[in-house]
Amino acid sequence: MSSNSNSRGFGMTATPKAGQPAEPPAEPAPELLPADAQVDLTEVRRETGIDEVLDSLDRELVGLSPVKERIREVAALLLVDRTRARFGIDSPTPNLHMSFTGSPGTGKTTVAIRMADLLHRLGYLRRGHLVSVTRDDLVGQYVGHTAPKTKEVIKRAMGGVLFIDEAYYLYRQDNERDYGQESIEILLQVMENNRDDLVVILAGYADRMDEFFRSNPGMSSRIAHHIDFPEYTVDELDQIGRMMAEQLGYRFSEPALTALRQYLEHRKRQPRFANARSVRNAVERARLRQARRLMDGSAPRVGFDELTTLESEDLLASRVFSAAAEQDTMGNE
Amino acid sequence: MRITQGTFSYLPDFTDEEITAQIEYALRNNWPLSVEFTDDPHPRNVYWEMWGLPMFDLHDAAGVLMEVNACREAYPRHYVKVNAYDATLGRQSTMLSFIVQRPPDEPGFRLERQEAADRQIRYTTHPYAADRPTGERYDGS
Repeated sequence: MSSNSNSRGFGMTATPKAGQPAEPPAEPAPELLPADAQVDLTEVRRETGIDEVLDSLDRELVGLSPVKERIREVAALLLVDRTRARFGIDSPTPNLHMSFTGSPGTGKTTVAIRMADLLHRLGYLRRGHLVSVTRDDLVGQYVGHTAPKTKEVIKRAMGGVLFIDEAYYLYRQDNERDYGQESIEILLQVMENNRDDLVVILAGYADRMDEFFRSNPGMSSRIAHHIDFPEYTVDELDQIGRMMAEQLGYRFSEPALTALRQYLEHRKRQPRFANARSVRNAVERARLRQARRLMDGSAPRVGFDELTTLESEDLLASRVFSAAAEQDTMGNE
Repeated sequence: MRITQGTFSYLPDFTDEEITAQIEYALRNNWPLSVEFTDDPHPRNVYWEMWGLPMFDLHDAAGVLMEVNACREAYPRHYVKVNAYDATLGRQSTMLSFIVQRPPDEPGFRLERQEAADRQIRYTTHPYAADRPTGERYDGS
């Protein structure tokens, strides 16, 4: 069988073959700037709209200054890279895989969503959506089940951020035949080869993540940004509580604000404290108590103020105070 | 003989950029995509082998292209096509299907005439490559 000279091999490369007319480029490439040109960085910042994202980050997320600092650095790097590209300086795509470590309720998921939006605006990600998964979504139950499952999740996340919550569950130390290892290997490969298609963010509690990285050194070295989310102080929690109430259309009365602060101080010392998540639960329960107070109240007529104000009694009825009192008496004995 | 099946088959073969653009078009229309391959490209062979499962909930073309490339690597001398399926009620059919890889040598089809009763002639086409067992077709020897 002689090879047919008219047959065309399938074009797997971008270069047009000889004899075929070269296709016109989809859009004319922007002209390179000469070496002595000057670029106004404020102009570039305005075009991308990153200031908007960074400002809303500052405004809407309380505290977290090391996190915000790192996000600013990443934003600056991508912005400078974009500007460098206009001069024709070719820099390889930076590695932006991250790990978020911190206690429960310190805003890891919230920051991941902001990060996806920010990277999209900076042109690093094509879509900027966030696919949030846990071990169940990645690891299969029987042999040969894990690879397709992990790959499917990866394909869904392409163009955006793959957020793996409680990533340390992927690796089970006690069972060396656990399928999690297979999932980790596929992830590593994609993190290396498809760097410009997706960003992987691993999240989890600090101590267990450290252990996870110790057992998977390959994973640790492929992550450029290890960001630690600090615990919130009572001041910050207080501010978060007020912001949450405001978003729900409530406000705290003066005595209620003092009660909120006391509540937070007590709650922080009690077990299973989950930072901002505990604050949200406290606000939710205060809402319930306020509603009940209004329904049971003697005055059948209520106005705007009554409907939107959380009083100190709504908070003081919490179990947290009785538990704290109990602890105090126990401590005195 | 160059096989012309599916959409775009009279155009020059697509580059990866052009394939990506078509996949993006399908994703914009909310059509899930799938990759299929075969070494028996008879026009009546509608059942090509599936390369993995159809891909749902994708946002970006890179995932589909990754599967296309994986299939090309595993079957470098097979025909590979990408299908886009519209699942909306009342449509439920393939909306777009185009070949993304073909073997370098395509020997073509021969016409077979079968004499039936009363000197009737029945015609059928038969791919030359199909004379060899599957897996050894289109290997260029």
